This record gives sequence, structure tokens and C-alpha cells, in this order.
Amino acid sequence: MDSEAIIGLFKLRFKSYILDVIKKNEKRIIITVNPDAIIDIADYLYKSAGFRFIIATAIHSRKGFEIHYHFSKDSFGLILNIHVVLDKENPQIESLSNMFNASNWIEREMHELFGINFMNHPNQEKLISEGNWAEGVYPMRKEFK
Amino acid sequence: MSKKTLIPIGPYHPLQEEPELFKLYCDGEIVKDIKWETGYNHRGIEKLSESKTYEQVFFLVERICGICSTSHPFAFANAVEEIADIEITDRTKYIRTIIAELERIHSHLLWVGLAGHFLGYNTVFMWAWKYREPVLDLFEMISGNRNSYAMFKVGGVRRDIEEAKIPLIRKILSDARKKIDLLTGAVMDDPVIHARTKGVGILTKQDIIDYGAVGPTARASGLAIDVRKDDPYAAYPLINWKVITAHEGDVFAKAQVRLLEMYESISMIEQCLDGLKKEKEGDISVKVKEIPEGIGNGRAEAPRGEVFHFVQSDGSNSPVRHKIRAPSYVNIATFRKSCIGQTIADATISLAAVDPCYCCTERMAVVYDMNSGEKIMNANELINESVRMTNELKKTIKLQK
Repeated sequence: MDSEAIIGLFKLRFKSYILDVIKKNEKRIIITVNPDAIIDIADYLYKSAGFRFIIATAIHSRKGFEIHYHFSKDSFGLILNIHVVLDKENPQIESLSNMFNASNWIEREMHELFGINFMNHPNQEKLISEGNWAEGVYPMRKEFK
Repeated sequence: MSKKTLIPIGPYHPLQEEPELFKLYCDGEIVKDIKWETGYNHRGIEKLSESKTYEQVFFLVERICGICSTSHPFAFANAVEEIADIEITDRTKYIRTIIAELERIHSHLLWVGLAGHFLGYNTVFMWAWKYREPVLDLFEMISGNRNSYAMFKVGGVRRDIEEAKIPLIRKILSDARKKIDLLTGAVMDDPVIHARTKGVGILTKQDIIDYGAVGPTARASGLAIDVRKDDPYAAYPLINWKVITAHEGDVFAKAQVRLLEMYESISMIEQCLDGLKKEKEGDISVKVKEIPEGIGNGRAEAPRGEVFHFVQSDGSNSPVRHKIRAPSYVNIATFRKSCIGQTIADATISLAAVDPCYCCTERMAVVYDMNSGEKIMNANELINESVRMTNELKKTIKLQK
């Protein structure tokens, strides 16, 4: 299996949700998708395709809030970034933590530092500050000084 | 409902070198539930990194962790070099690999020592840390520092390893191999260590996949994931070595993986030293003009597992977003699986088994009775509890009268 085959299989399943595909090299792929499909995509990657969830990165940019979900296919040394762009005013997306525990902490962290809401998260409490920071202050947003 | 006692481990505790609070809810001696509070040491490094230039970020990420202070610059260098499409020289590859593997040896020795200490084997602690000392001397000789080596930069390394230094490096490594033989023999053949660590803190393969755990923690449960093999970088594809795995998933398996990995590391360094001979001296970096717009996913295998760095560049001289995932972030979460159902005496070693990566500050832990608020145990008493169990076992196995 090579990166082309992985992209091909992915396209076959989620054609209508894919917005953009960038193949940086044989081992790095970035696929931008519609945020609504994240549960189905994660389910396919984790349960059927044998990917491991590494971590997710939230970014506050001009487009709004972006999240890169980093998945690793260890037998092939490949990193697949599932990229979603969320709404500027009300960023929210389905939580993956009911599927695997690996995303539990990082979703809590992104909720706390960026103010992104993860719907149906089992326990979306603060991870880092334990309530010692003011509500509604998100230190990783660009406007925070 | 039966009475549950809350046992907080931390925020400052000898078990952990960095502040973090674990709350063990116990019924008698058995741990029934575990909760944690993190963030006592949150330094905002990801945000800070956005205000530094690429050259400066290396010094910043090196200070994330005092013990694996090469893993973070390594992963960051991999990420930035991926954005700018930089091909480093072979000599650079060998030097980077030597530093990373030396670090693995000193970090694993440190862990073996600490694990011995928690079990009440202070001799193992003294030995392991004594044998670790020559490795730190090697670092001082190569980089000028015993820690925070400042060896990495974009496209190369800062210091060369000269021909004249190689014989001494080889000698220290061959001495280290003999010492590790001694240590491995002492740990692997001791019936009491077997009794204290076998079947304790078991993580199944499914637990590892669920929590996304990495490094020796994953490899001890039979999951052969290792970034050095899976996604080869630096000199790892140029040399011969094998991934060490075990299948039991308990504390003993984790110790076994770490001890055997040290032999692999020594062999890797020796091969890299051979490789250095073939390369032209002084050829340790390539010229980097600018970092273009783009994103890079860099990773490196730290002693504790995969370090992941995500860097987004907008073409300026500092990153727009820099995400860092240290291996302990995913490994610590497995405590929920490894500790619940164990006794308190075993909890200490189960927590220590994933080698939670912290840096030293103050130490304190006190056990309170949840109902009366009365103080029951302090840090030393908690460790003594673990030592007591070892001593009882020694008596049972008739090693000690």
C-alpha cells in the first residue's frame, strides 16, 4: 500500500466531504474535509484502516478556527492530517473521545485554550488551569496578549 | 457504601520530578478510582514559540524537558527541514543519532535507578546513577554541557565530533556495556523484583491502542511501534538495529524493554562512529536561506516514546503555530487502566513504570482521611509502604531473615 492507494481509498468513501487534498511527499498527506464528517472519517481511520491518533492541533487564523487531526499509519510511517475549518464566531465540532481515549485530553485542552466546543465530549472540564483562569479568556487565540 | 480514602500523590512528590496531582480513591488498600490535575507546570511554550525566530526556538524547546533535551529539538528540526525541504549531510545524520542514543542510555539508566528506589532497592538506584555519570561526561566532552546540549540547528548541528575524541567515546561505551550487563543481571534475576513487578500495572495491547500510548510503554505490550523504524530519520536507516518488544504489558516487561534497548543504543552509536570515519570532517551543516510558507509534521523517538512537533510557517522568520506533543501526554492517561484495582503499594511503581517525564522541584505528598480530614501518611511513609511490601516478599522468599 502506498500513499496514492490510501488517498484513493479515502476519496472513494468520503468523496462528497473532501474539499482539498495535498500530498506533500510519500509520507505526508493533508486532506481538508467538511467538519460534519469528522466522526465517520475518524471511525474509518481508527477502526478499519489501522491509523493511530497522534494528537490534534488547533490554529486561530484569518479563516477562523482550524483543527489538524494528526493520524499515523505506523506500518508505513505516514502522517495523515485531517484538516477542518470551523466557524469564526461559534467554533464547535463533534468530539472523538467516545471512540478512543487518546483524544480526551487534547480536546479538553483545545476547549480551554481556544474556546472550541467539542460536542458530546464525555467530560469537557478544564485540563490545565482547574478553574483558576477567568471564564471566556482564551490564551491561545491571536488577540490574546 | 464502603468508606473510600483519598490519597493525593502530588502536586509535589518524590515519585514525579514535576508537579502534577493524582488523586487515588482507595477502599482499604485497593485503588478504586483515579483522577488527576495537570497544569502546575504549564509554561505556555507553544505561545512563546510564536514570538521566537526558528534559531531561537531550538533553545526554547530544549528546555521543555531536562532529561530528553535532544528529542524536542530533533523533532522540531525534522518538522522545519520538512517545510523547507532541506537535505542534511550524512555527517550531521550520524552526529544527531549519536546524541539521541546517548540520551536514551542516560534516560533509561535514570529510570532503572528510580524504579529501584521505589521498590526499596536503593543499591540499584546507586548503581544505575553511578553508571549514568560517564555518559553525562561524554555529553560534556562532545557538546560542552552535561545537559541541554544545544547541538541542533536548522540544517545541521553546532559542534562536530572530532576524530581524536572517538577512542575515548568507544572506551566509555564498552565500559557502559559491562555495567549494564551487571545491572540487567541484578534486575532480571532477582526473585523479589519479579514478585513486585510481574503482573503489576498491566496494560493490554487494546489499552495501548485506545489511549494512543507510545514508546517503551507500547512496546512492552507487544505493539512494535518505533518512529526510528516506522518513519526513519537521521542515520537510523543507515545502521543495523532492532526494535525491542515484550508482550506481558506489566512493569517487568517495561523494565525489560528499557534495559535491552540500552544495548541497541550502544551498538547504534558504535556504528555511527564507524560512519563518521567515512565522512569528511567539518561538513556538519547546510546553508539555509529561508523557511518558506507551509506546514511540517516532525517526529522523533524520545526515550519515552514519540515526540511530535507540528509547525506552520507563513514565510517569515518565526512559526505561526507550533504544536508540541510529548510522549508522556498520552502515556500518563493510561494510569486509569494500570492503577485501578491495584494496591497502594503497587500504585507507586505502576505510575513510575511509564516514566512520567517531569523536572525536579519540591517534593511533598500527604494522605488524608476523606471523612475526618486527618493526616494519615506523608511522602516517605508512602514510599515506606512500598518498601515494606518488598521486605515482606524478601522474607517470604527467604532472602532476608
